Amino acid sequence: MTANPPPGQPPRPRRSVQARLGETLLEAVIRLAGVSAILFVLGIFFFIFREAAPVLTHEKFKLGQFLGSIEWYPTSAQNVRYGTLALTVGTFSVTALAMVLAVPFGLGAAVFISEFCGPKLKETLKIVIELLAAIPSVVWGFIGLTVMSRVIVRYTDADVGVNLLNGGIILALMSVPIIVSIGEDALKAVPDSYREAGLALGATRWQLVWRVLLPAAKNGLLAAVLLGVGRAVGETMAVLMATGHAVQIPHGILDSVRTLTANIAAELGEAPAGSPHYRVLFLTGVLLFSITFVVNLAADLVVRGIKQK
Amino acid sequence: MPATTPVADARRFTRTPFVLRKERTERVARAIFFCMAAAMILPLVAIVTYLVARAAPSLNLEFLLDIPRHGMTEGGIWPAFVGTLYLVGFSLAVAAPLGVLAAIYLNEYARDTWFTRIVNLAVINLAGVPSIVHALFGLGAFVYAARFGYSILSASLTLAIMTLPVIIASTREALASVPMAFREACWNVGATRLQTIRAIVLPNSISGILTGVILQVSRAAGETAPIMFTGAVFYKAVSRGDLFAYGLDEQCMALSMHLYTLSTQVPNVRESMPYATAVILLGSVLLVNATAIVLRVWLRNRKRW
Repeated sequence: MTANPPPGQPPRPRRSVQARLGETLLEAVIRLAGVSAILFVLGIFFFIFREAAPVLTHEKFKLGQFLGSIEWYPTSAQNVRYGTLALTVGTFSVTALAMVLAVPFGLGAAVFISEFCGPKLKETLKIVIELLAAIPSVVWGFIGLTVMSRVIVRYTDADVGVNLLNGGIILALMSVPIIVSIGEDALKAVPDSYREAGLALGATRWQLVWRVLLPAAKNGLLAAVLLGVGRAVGETMAVLMATGHAVQIPHGILDSVRTLTANIAAELGEAPAGSPHYRVLFLTGVLLFSITFVVNLAADLVVRGIKQK
Repeated sequence: MPATTPVADARRFTRTPFVLRKERTERVARAIFFCMAAAMILPLVAIVTYLVARAAPSLNLEFLLDIPRHGMTEGGIWPAFVGTLYLVGFSLAVAAPLGVLAAIYLNEYARDTWFTRIVNLAVINLAGVPSIVHALFGLGAFVYAARFGYSILSASLTLAIMTLPVIIASTREALASVPMAFREACWNVGATRLQTIRAIVLPNSISGILTGVILQVSRAAGETAPIMFTGAVFYKAVSRGDLFAYGLDEQCMALSMHLYTLSTQVPNVRESMPYATAVILLGSVLLVNATAIVLRVWLRNRKRW
């Protein structure tokens, strides 16, 4: 401590105790806020699992049946069945259809924005994508319910317009923006020297994209697709309104399906709090949380792999 | 830069069949990619036009200010509109300070340790949690465990946790864009970390932070699933044009929820009403986003470094 300054010099100016105390306090608050994200993730898992856990020991509930059976009769008086396989298949079939539509268009649009268009058009397109991503899911659901279902009934021989195809198209439109923006980032991350080397050899833009950029950016593009999958799996309102409401394994794209998310949204309001039905819905939430956790973790690992390179 | 491509250069010389083929592939590829980009935009324009056309008979100030009448088949959307304002306001009042502080910690204080990596992973994961899972969490934690009941408080806290990771991410990006030299200069004149943040880092990144927060306004306004089971109701009586319609411990109506109920649960609604609700919700969301984009472009042009 240099509390006593040498004689002849004025004392070194110091901040008041309050100022220093305040600073320590504020830094503590900042640190606390920093770790809050961990607390919330753990909290989400804890509170959902706490509501779901009692059903695991319930006499009518079997875990094997929950994961592997297609029979979902949660409110039946004698014959209660809590099989979510049809819902899981519903979720994955809608997601798969959405990705089949969204991935080529999303990556194609990302390539166009990144490589083929001028700076003005690029700015405009990026703004349009941002606005497209901002459309609320309930509005997409409404579009599926009203516009898309009419289009489907007119051009196909489906009886009802709300089905797997409808949900797939709506989900594709919803996940395209995220695929485009992450995919465009991935292409932007490829060093310009790659492009210059390609052009110097006389390659056209197309040859450059196909032979150089796509292989170089494949991890980033994979991450873009994975994040699109994550969004499609977790989407609730749009699929609730657009896929129809049949708990069944779909046999074609014109069949109605129900997804894990839509099932929770549709039935949670009717299930009495604390009943096995209510707890099974929370368990479905745990399942959903786990699926998206794995998908997001995979996307993050892929992205991290790029950064280390 | 079409003038400098090898294709253009090649034209000065004789064009061999190989070059011709190359050019043709290039034109086809460009056209296909252009169509893919256009395929994203055309449905948007077509759908918005269609919605506005169908909504036209109900799109007026009276529809916005009036309350729902005759079992929601007539009247307006005022209670839902105010409810959405409340939910968005309270959720951001919680999420914005918390998110900004968390981002300050992650960008200015945290070193690259295993613990920081776990925090980052938690933020990424939180951003990927499906909205219906947030709803379950809100129901279990706020409505039952914390005994807030079905209320605006529960619903806006649920929304706050949902928007938090995105606010953290956008704020971090804004903070990271402040050059390191600015901080170093400030430390070298004897300022502490916190003084540097207050005097240098925040003033230079506030525009980016604000843009990120504004974007979450529209996200919170549009979400339905998280509020469906935590505080939003089918119908609530408030007086026409009343801006202070709800208390924190009351349930409320919300625009997104109202659109869902009007289009799926209420029979014999006047045809244009759900369309008008959708257009007003979509319009407000896009307006807020457009504001954020304009703000960002304006501030980027003013930037001095």
